[in-house]
Amino acid sequence: MAQLFRKYKQIEVDIDEYLDHIIEGGLLFKMGIKFYSEGRMEEFEERLKELRSLEKKADSLRRNVETKLYLRTLIPEFRGDVLGLLEHSDAVLNKITDTLLEFSVELPETLEDLNDLHNDLAHNAISASENMVKAIRAYFRDLSAVRDNIKQVRFLREETNRIAEKYKRDVFRRDLRLSHKIHLRFFAHNIEHIADDAEDVCDRLAIAAIKRHI
Amino acid sequence: MEWLFLISGLFLGWSLGANDGANIFGTAVGTRMVRFQTAALVGTIFVILGAVISGAGTTETLGQLGAVNALAGSFTVALMAGFTVTVMTGMKLPVSTSQAVVGAIIGWNLFTGSPTDYTALAEIVGTWIFSPILAGIFAIGLYFLTKRVLGNARIHMLKIDAWTRTGLIVVGAFGAYSLGANNIANVMGMFVFASPFESVTFGSIFEFSGTRQLFLIGSAAIGVGIYTYSYKVMTTVGNDIFKLTPILALIVVLAKSLVLFIFASQGIKNMLLTLGLPPLPLVPVSSSQAIIGAIIGVALVKGRTGINFRLIGRIASGWLTTPVIAALFCFVALFFVQNVFEQEVVKREPAAISANAEIVPEAESLPQLTATHTWTVHDPCIGDPLAGETAYPSLTGMVMHKVLSRAESNSSQTDEASSAVNGVSEGIFVTVRN
Repeated sequence: MAQLFRKYKQIEVDIDEYLDHIIEGGLLFKMGIKFYSEGRMEEFEERLKELRSLEKKADSLRRNVETKLYLRTLIPEFRGDVLGLLEHSDAVLNKITDTLLEFSVELPETLEDLNDLHNDLAHNAISASENMVKAIRAYFRDLSAVRDNIKQVRFLREETNRIAEKYKRDVFRRDLRLSHKIHLRFFAHNIEHIADDAEDVCDRLAIAAIKRHI
Repeated sequence: MEWLFLISGLFLGWSLGANDGANIFGTAVGTRMVRFQTAALVGTIFVILGAVISGAGTTETLGQLGAVNALAGSFTVALMAGFTVTVMTGMKLPVSTSQAVVGAIIGWNLFTGSPTDYTALAEIVGTWIFSPILAGIFAIGLYFLTKRVLGNARIHMLKIDAWTRTGLIVVGAFGAYSLGANNIANVMGMFVFASPFESVTFGSIFEFSGTRQLFLIGSAAIGVGIYTYSYKVMTTVGNDIFKLTPILALIVVLAKSLVLFIFASQGIKNMLLTLGLPPLPLVPVSSSQAIIGAIIGVALVKGRTGINFRLIGRIASGWLTTPVIAALFCFVALFFVQNVFEQEVVKREPAAISANAEIVPEAESLPQLTATHTWTVHDPCIGDPLAGETAYPSLTGMVMHKVLSRAESNSSQTDEASSAVNGVSEGIFVTVRN
């Protein structure tokens, strides 16, 4: 009996650690974007390196949790939902990592006067992912709080979309090369996608939470 | 030869284990919360414990309804009850073993001309209606309690899962115990008055009565039913009314088990009597109908629409049709067993005085069985009070047979009584309950 509860506790810890990695990844992303726009490339690359290593750890933790859930036939009725949530939230972390990596690979020429808007965009997208994590944690422990967190994610996604639209309109009304405009749009679009993915996870979560009510 | 007659009871036990074992652990095993091997082991152990420790109460009530006192009669009653269950299941009609058994006993009463105790019958029928309602009420209470606890406690989903698994095993064990205690009467109740077993005493401390030996064999048959066939029932039947989650299954099984337990518990009956409350009768109730009551209770509070009232109607109709069909089958089968196979289906001499007989010893308390005492017997089924004397040692563990005659009070009937015990008598057997 005690052994059974110990096994459960370990998986509980693994899930929490995995979610911590998503939060940490978001913070590294925000710092990376800030350093990039300020031209502090060495610090940017360092954050990117940390983020990539974090993503690998998160992947490994997720697989570990999934295997344990299946091998030990735990939470049989909700296992599919939980695995879906873990995989889709992992997709959000992947998106965060890929977007920052693209900055490193493609070195887009950001516009200094739009840096604040750009940072704002990143900030809102990451806030959406942070609230997504809160919603997931609530799904495991406190169902009544899931709804509030999902509401916040939806609001932040809309806000991110608004900022991205403003940014893109601004870029395309400037006297820049089309390739430059398209390049900047691509990056705004990718950042915007982080919030979209977080919202997709929350849509799944909303249904999963209904199923969990006894 | 005597052993062969028990086969029909063992078949009933096997069928009960297969069906009601599935009721207890169906969702737990179906959702893989509990492994089948664990469920079967726990189920079997606790069914046996429940039957041997607490199976006497409900058996006594069945005995009041009709004391089937010849092995061939018991065999036919159990066989026809089982046959009714099989036929009705084949016709996809809702059926309960408890009701089939009661019907078959009434069929035996009608065939042999034995009086039916209508007070006991009313108690039994009332319980059939009351038990699903009570299970529903319990399930509603447990549902709100669980919801409140889970809503406020903020327990991690994985921890809830661990507690649910543990709960399913514990509640399953309780369910199996209650099933054994309550339903062993269905399996072996009709053999008690014709038990082929003698009491066995271990080291002059622990007496293992013939009735308990019967219960042990019957509950072992239930265990075999759980092991050999309940898995099939679990994976093919379950979730007829609506899909149960493991937590809801826990609530439903607990509600059902509580109902079976309170209708089998001598302790609760005594407690109610001590408190001056009307006691609940100890009656074998239908496990399936109790569980359906619990499921409907939960469905109602969850606000599920579209409860299948036709199904409920069909189930309720089973309360009437099952006993009637079983009584009919049993009556016809007894005719064949007695007249074609020439088996004794009832011990006609000495005649049995009904269970309603009020036996008033002239001494303050029940006399020692070996002593000679004077008795007066008032039996509404016979009319004039009878008087007699002489007591003889117990013939079975639970029920004592004493030999009396219509002779004048204080006259000695010792010789006649001795003959009666040896099976040659003109005297009258009176069933005296401890």
